[in-house]
Amino acid sequence: MSTTALSGTTNMLTLPTDAVRQIQWRFADRFDLQMLVQSARGVARGTVARMVAAGERNTHEWTPAKNEMMEAFDRAGITAIFMEPEEGGFIAGPKNLALSLAAFELAWVDGGAATASLAGFLALSPIHERGTAEQAQHYMSLAAPPQPGDDRKPLRGAFALTEPIPYVGVDTGMLSGKVRVAEWKDGEEPWLQVDKRGRFITNIAFANFVTAAVNSDDPRIKGSCVVILEETDEGIFDHGTPTKKLVHQLSSTGDPIFNLKVPASRIVGGYTVKDGVIVPNYSHGEIIEAVFRRTRVTVGLMTAAKLLSAVEPVIRYQRGRFRGAEGAKPGTVRYQQGIQQREDALHRLVDVWACGEAATSLGFAAARLFDSLDPLEKQKTAILKERGVGGGRAELKALRESEIRAIALMAMSPSDKYHTELEADPLVDYVLKDAEANVLCPATKLWNTGHGANMMREAVSLMGGYGITEDCPGFLAAKWMDAQLEATYEGPEAVQRRQLTVTMTSDVFLAQFRAWTAEMRRIASTKPGTGACTLASAMQMWLWTLNYLQMATDADGNKLYHGQRQGVTFPMADALCWLLASRCQILDVLELEERGADDPGTAEGLPGTVQFLSDLCHVQAAQAAGEVGRICAELVFGYNRHPAWDDAGCKSCFSAHELDELEETMPGISAFALDVLAEDGSHPLKAGPCAGCNGSSEFLLLQNKLSRCLSGSRLAKDRAADTVSTVMIPEALDYPQ
Amino acid sequence: MANALQIVVCAGIVPDPLQTLEPITGASGPGLKNEMVLPAVLDPWAASALYEAANLAAKNPGSKVWLVSLGPKAKLQQVMMTVAQKVSFELVPVDGPIGGFTDAHATAAVLAETIAALPGLDHTRLLLFGGWESATRGAGVTLQLIGERLGITDQFQGVDQIDLRDDGSFEVLERVEGGKHQASVCVGAPAVLGWATGNLPEPRNNPQIGMANMRTIMPALQKARPATLAANGLRYTSVSLPKQQRDTRVVKDKTPDEIASELVEWIGAK
Repeated sequence: MSTTALSGTTNMLTLPTDAVRQIQWRFADRFDLQMLVQSARGVARGTVARMVAAGERNTHEWTPAKNEMMEAFDRAGITAIFMEPEEGGFIAGPKNLALSLAAFELAWVDGGAATASLAGFLALSPIHERGTAEQAQHYMSLAAPPQPGDDRKPLRGAFALTEPIPYVGVDTGMLSGKVRVAEWKDGEEPWLQVDKRGRFITNIAFANFVTAAVNSDDPRIKGSCVVILEETDEGIFDHGTPTKKLVHQLSSTGDPIFNLKVPASRIVGGYTVKDGVIVPNYSHGEIIEAVFRRTRVTVGLMTAAKLLSAVEPVIRYQRGRFRGAEGAKPGTVRYQQGIQQREDALHRLVDVWACGEAATSLGFAAARLFDSLDPLEKQKTAILKERGVGGGRAELKALRESEIRAIALMAMSPSDKYHTELEADPLVDYVLKDAEANVLCPATKLWNTGHGANMMREAVSLMGGYGITEDCPGFLAAKWMDAQLEATYEGPEAVQRRQLTVTMTSDVFLAQFRAWTAEMRRIASTKPGTGACTLASAMQMWLWTLNYLQMATDADGNKLYHGQRQGVTFPMADALCWLLASRCQILDVLELEERGADDPGTAEGLPGTVQFLSDLCHVQAAQAAGEVGRICAELVFGYNRHPAWDDAGCKSCFSAHELDELEETMPGISAFALDVLAEDGSHPLKAGPCAGCNGSSEFLLLQNKLSRCLSGSRLAKDRAADTVSTVMIPEALDYPQ
Repeated sequence: MANALQIVVCAGIVPDPLQTLEPITGASGPGLKNEMVLPAVLDPWAASALYEAANLAAKNPGSKVWLVSLGPKAKLQQVMMTVAQKVSFELVPVDGPIGGFTDAHATAAVLAETIAALPGLDHTRLLLFGGWESATRGAGVTLQLIGERLGITDQFQGVDQIDLRDDGSFEVLERVEGGKHQASVCVGAPAVLGWATGNLPEPRNNPQIGMANMRTIMPALQKARPATLAANGLRYTSVSLPKQQRDTRVVKDKTPDEIASELVEWIGAK
């Protein structure tokens, strides 16, 4: 099935405005978030940009200027995002979208600044997610920025999880940090001795407190836990030496040393005493799972911001490239359009832009999903508690029925009599969103940062001679390198792929995936120019391949799809990310089209904006389809052994003589014979007889269909390129260079 | 509470000065290319007036600041996401056309009518603030006309400073030629002050202030009164941007004094 290219175009007038983005990313009715965006933007394009332009990235040390940046965060309310209003914040309810928007704005200028803004929240996250009410109230309030007239320095925190492993860096799965009982008097609270050396700890240069993951080194303490350490505790609180990072120098990173005596009340989430043993309520693993599940989304959005931030400087560079030269007189095409006279320059920028849109849509979709999941998770816990179901396996067992209902809901028609009932079931809603979040979070982190880093290279290459210089407009060269760190920290790509290989095969997720495929077909029937049909075909191919791989074996009879076979599972995870990003991008454009017409702030020029963004969707969907097609074909065929010119292989070949005879009775058969052996036994010069497609003919049909589905995508790219060459941009970048 | 003031700041919104501003003539007269889709900011001169008003109000307990703004309410809302975080005020939006080519008399009539209808406004304590100039095609008379319509005859333009005295009188510094100020003493409110840049820096964004302001701003925007501006026979024969003049020379190895002397000589010659 091919998608129809829209005829008759309207060009986008200006770069997408705030009003457009608010609708696309679903915060048009949240003025708290709109203000946050403006506030964060003010700091990013003011304080932060001036620091970058002044060369503050050139030192690993934590300088007074960098400290001033933290104070600017305080004044602009950025450090208050994480807190509830009663704790000194200004945003009530879940904060995932808020944190993402702030990080996005800061990363538009500098990824290190964005990381610095997030690191404090990372330190508070264990306390927020699993801390006792007292711990949460105490540390959140003290970490909130002071208000006018409040003469108080806010507490700044660092999250100390990783530790040095001799010669090889870090291992987040192993803890060598130790905790043991220092003192325990009868009837009194125990005191703990905590011994930990951290590595690559963000915010450490100025941290007043640390949430540190440690293992028990004492039979009187069970398992592992996270402990809060304060600068004023008895013992050693050594901030350590700064890490010599290649990038992100506006965030502090170092290798601290702690040897401190703290009360047991500092165990995050509290503890109980059972038979004379301190039993922490949460192991360090349980805590970091809750923490990282959310924070990785923001990292993915940081790279997405870089890609979109590259568009304006590249357009300006391309258009002004020849101005001032002898042969480019004002009024000539060469003067007006510069490099944008050339299709390649435009097409490559369209690719960068399309990728940036898709990455941003995916990231914000994940952030919003966590915002809706957070209260649902609490509701789920309350419902199960009411039913007398505890955590762990009992909970999983109790949710199994909800999973079955959720899968049924996904396959159900809205007119089905049970549809309303299932849709209103909070446990069904929870398992659906939970399964989706388990995929979207690693997908955002993996694809946005990994593929995003590749596309940042492309953006830098479009800058020509400016590209790799320090004065490259928009700090693009720095952003390119930053993107690589973002792909690595908070769980490198292999960790995300590993997580995806587990979560993407969940029955609940796959049921949603099937529903999404059908949804894309429906969208395509009314909005063919979005590339939704192309995407649906690619989704269908991915799902077919996954099912095939789970059953199939390789040429040696070994099972293809299992945890250890990362050559199979990881590429499938990569392919899925392309699909998810493209889907989110299409949904965001549809939202804009639907709601934008009613919004006076976007109505004018909306058709042109929607047309352009739809064309970007089509371009991206085609890229996703190409990538999925390549990966799936490799996996489906790549594990079959290629036939050789041996006895077994030659069985399927005709001999020249045989073919001559057959030709007499079946004229034209020679045209269908792929491999013909000559009378002397010689064979065509190639690896072996052509491989058959036993069991894979269905795949070939899908592949054939997918190829034809690409129809129109290059026309969309041409249209998008035309818009890129005419869209109005500001006279100058709104931050120093 | 002796000097509790009621300050009304008139402020329009204008396209962000970083944008490409290209005059075009449409069906309804001249305008700027893509003006409705360009990001907008509070008119910089009027913004100075707002910050000065907030500063004055903060020094005089019991004072209140209104921000009266005529413009498309959707654009006003976007601009408020930044402005509302800077100082405390109550927004009085009037949903009307944007642009620098409206008739100043019609604009003044709508604004004066809106101000006169403000609930609880005490005319004897009123200070009417606004910008002395505008980042759009400033007619330079709108504020004066509003003052006249409200019956306020003490008017000051190009104001950089106001010092309020205990007896309610105040001293005003107005810009005059030669980089000097004219100092005037006014017996007290009501008065019109058209601000130049003032002396205050732009306040930093503070979301807490923004959240407090938003409690009244969002309902006000929803209820914004629509207004149409009469053309009053105003007609433009042509509009164009001032010509940019660029005469670049690359000069090396000159001392700052030599550069300054040459600049002074060049300015003098002009």
